[in-house]
Amino acid sequence: MTPTAPPAARPAPTRQDFVSDQEVRWCPGCGDYSILAQMQKIMPDLGIARENIVFVSGIGCSSRFPYYMNTYGFHTIHGRATAIATGIKCAHPELSVWVMTGDGDGLSIGGNHMLHILRRNVDVKIVLFNNRIYGLTKGQLSPTSELGKITKSTPVGSIEHPINPVSFAIAAEATFVARAIDSETAHMQEVLKRAAAHKGVAFVEILQNCNIFNDGAWDSLKDREVKSDRLVNLQNRKPLVFGKNRDKGIRLNGYKLEVASLGAGVSESDLLVYDETETDSSFAFLLSREGRPDFPVPIGVFRDVVAPTYDELMSRQIAQAQAKKGPGSLEDLIYSGMRWTVKANGTSV
Amino acid sequence: MATKSQAANNNKPVEIVDRVTIRFAGDSGDGIQISGNQFTMATAFAGNDLGTMPDYPAEIRAPAGSLPGVSNFQISFSERDIHTPGDAPDVLVAMNPAALKVNLRDLGAGGTIIVNSDSFATANLKKAGYEANPLEDGSLQAYRLIPIAITQLNAKALEESPLSKKERDRCKNFYALGVIYWLYDRPLQPTLDFIADKFAKSPDMVAANQTALKSGYNFADTTEIFTSHFRVRQAQLPPGEYRNITGTEALVLGLVAASQLAETPLFYGSYPITPASDMLHELAYLKNFGVKTFQAEDEIAAVCATIGASYAGSIGVTGTSGPGAALKSEAVGLAVMAELPLVVVNVQRAGPSTGMPTKTEQADLLQAAVGRNGECPVVVLAPATPADCFSMAIEACRLAVKYMTPVYLMTDGYLANGSEPWRLPDLTSLKKITVSHEADAKSFEPYQRDPKTLARPWVVPGAPGLEYRIGGLEKAEVTGDVSYDPVNHERMVLLRAEKIRRVAQDIPPTEIFGEASGQLLLVSWGSTFGAVHSAVERVRANGKKVSSVHLRHISPFPADLGQILKSFETVLVPELNLGQLRLLLRGEYGLPVVGLNKVQGRPFTIGEVQQKIEELI
Ligand code: SF4
Repeated sequence: MTPTAPPAARPAPTRQDFVSDQEVRWCPGCGDYSILAQMQKIMPDLGIARENIVFVSGIGCSSRFPYYMNTYGFHTIHGRATAIATGIKCAHPELSVWVMTGDGDGLSIGGNHMLHILRRNVDVKIVLFNNRIYGLTKGQLSPTSELGKITKSTPVGSIEHPINPVSFAIAAEATFVARAIDSETAHMQEVLKRAAAHKGVAFVEILQNCNIFNDGAWDSLKDREVKSDRLVNLQNRKPLVFGKNRDKGIRLNGYKLEVASLGAGVSESDLLVYDETETDSSFAFLLSREGRPDFPVPIGVFRDVVAPTYDELMSRQIAQAQAKKGPGSLEDLIYSGMRWTVKANGTSV
Repeated sequence: MATKSQAANNNKPVEIVDRVTIRFAGDSGDGIQISGNQFTMATAFAGNDLGTMPDYPAEIRAPAGSLPGVSNFQISFSERDIHTPGDAPDVLVAMNPAALKVNLRDLGAGGTIIVNSDSFATANLKKAGYEANPLEDGSLQAYRLIPIAITQLNAKALEESPLSKKERDRCKNFYALGVIYWLYDRPLQPTLDFIADKFAKSPDMVAANQTALKSGYNFADTTEIFTSHFRVRQAQLPPGEYRNITGTEALVLGLVAASQLAETPLFYGSYPITPASDMLHELAYLKNFGVKTFQAEDEIAAVCATIGASYAGSIGVTGTSGPGAALKSEAVGLAVMAELPLVVVNVQRAGPSTGMPTKTEQADLLQAAVGRNGECPVVVLAPATPADCFSMAIEACRLAVKYMTPVYLMTDGYLANGSEPWRLPDLTSLKKITVSHEADAKSFEPYQRDPKTLARPWVVPGAPGLEYRIGGLEKAEVTGDVSYDPVNHERMVLLRAEKIRRVAQDIPPTEIFGEASGQLLLVSWGSTFGAVHSAVERVRANGKKVSSVHLRHISPFPADLGQILKSFETVLVPELNLGQLRLLLRGEYGLPVVGLNKVQGRPFTIGEVQQKIEELI
């Protein structure tokens, strides 16, 4: 049951090695295609043998993903992929385990399990496709749908305050948290590679377009003309600069973040320098909360900190117990406690 | 059934009795369970067969002296092979008025009541709802009442102890235990050893508790309170090495044994729930056996993580009780569809909903057998006695991996917490469990079935060249690809059903107690074995021809069961529900089956089953 080492002479894998024989069934134009393509592209670069990779999913459009990857795959039940992945990783820590989920699967029905896999720091990579709608069930409100949103189940507008997936993950103190966009393919590849390289739980939100039930949900961030003013790409230990001409930045004013124009007495040294390795998650959280229309949406890595993983600690406790007590003997275990012997003549001692 | 004789080693006459049932009762803080367990150990050493049943209050710390705070422990011991902790106790040891009030209705006519008379003060009487002191108002005239001022006597015995007054007072349980040890001629040594071990850190505690025990014993020996004491001869148990074991302990050992027999690591995912949590506690200690325990965030995560572990090559076991089993049912359906091994232990308790968590019942049988969406067959097993949990835990794991299927193992609060002597198995006699994760990469198909068992191969991630995808969507036969083909769906539904049916080929022939045909057959399952078997024994001892069979395999039924049932005029199914096995038997065999049903959160007494038998013949 231990994974066999790949034969030495095996040729280096290519993208094609990760493409399964199944016909991809997402709606034409769906953002999921891009995520699949980027994933298949980065896989050969990870240096992990294909047989040691498992994709796990729940239910929803995103959850079809494992069928299309020529790795091990388990398409499970609604909301529970994170729990199943926890068991897979704990039982078999050598595997690279990925969870593909959506805003409904991961944050509504699976919200509880999401919280716990993140806080436990199970070494599983979670990619959450956020299209702000239920696609597979044909267009109901999701937990990330905006207040007032008209959907099939909210014909006069949503009365729910949406959840911000990145804030959720940071609040749960996930050790790696990032955001990418389906249309920003090179950036997404970088983020996915970073997630794969992180030891511990990795949470990646991908802003994804559902062109059938919520088309254009992220258009304000995608338009070529304005996107550089609407996005700030987080760079570790670099000041938070953005804008078409890199002429704007983010600085702290009291407890609030604010946008500042560079020049006219404001220089890069006045701006916040972002540190994704800061163990205190408060600042990452603050940055993730910003929702003002004039404020850019951060993408990239919010948080990448080192902490022992749950699966590693579980294995370590077993190794320690075995080192201390020796491998368990069933005989000693059964023949323990107060015992007595009944002799053939019926007497007992 | 007592015969008088002179005892050799004590100065009072000894009466030989063949079976005694004692119930210890007191505040849950009184250490009743410890007293009960110690008495059990001493009884095992005395060579009697025995059965025990603890009965805890639902509240963790109900107010001292209150009715809901009463904790009980019943033990029955005999010179014969016995199967239950006894019906009505012969002796009630009540440490306070509430304990007396709660338990008096169960005491057999003419039974003995030993009370700590010091605790029958006004405040305690009021808490128990007594208007007058029952020790004085004549209301206990029908019983043999033995009031002993245990608190005072204990305090006197421990005058010299440097412990605080409160600490000394806590030793009074051992004082009371000493009295009972004398009365039933139990050896003191095992308990003296236990005390030395338990309080090893405090020599003063050891001395005080040991003194209390011995003083109680000597008090009974020297005072006029008892005119004689009782002896139960050694039982003729089969030769071998024994220990006393609860169902929970036996089940845990069985799971570990299965893991070793299969040379496959055990993964146990669970969420705390009464009365199943003890399995998690015990397994969490066994890390050097490679056991991985996972306390999940909820019942669903517990079963899902377990399914993940099974998928990754472990023996996945999740333990719970009724409400938790309800939450797990969707995930069990996934394991049915993905055809993965999974063991779900349901320590049943009284329901529905939260019900009575600390009380026993058998009302989750249909939930296990059919309580899932779609046509979703699983294997259902049930151990018969606490010690039988060992073998049935191995059996559950064996069938799960052999047939690649979820298996429900149905115990209950009574089996889990009850205990009996267990003849320790010869480990070399336990059969290996064959596990293979191999497949030929050239011809591998995820749903290519073994022609005999119809199981699919258990290929585990990590195997090169065998990467495959599975899930909860309907599978195409053989390839396992997603399929919406209507004919394929029906074919797969039938295949999954047939796979479970074929488990019957792996079930040993049903043992019939009594004649193979006749007027009346009793069919029992799970923890009702003891009461049913004992009742049939009694009726047969009276010369009546009545037979019984006990089912450990309920889904599928043993292949020979139909023929057996048809050989009797009447079939009676006693069960602690409103007739769930009866419904399954009727459905399977189309036979009229009579029920004896009880849902009081308590097991059957032998007398109840006997009475029903006598009504029917
Ligand atoms: S419904 Fe939306 S999310 Fe689902 S596949 Fe179609 S476009 Fe993509």
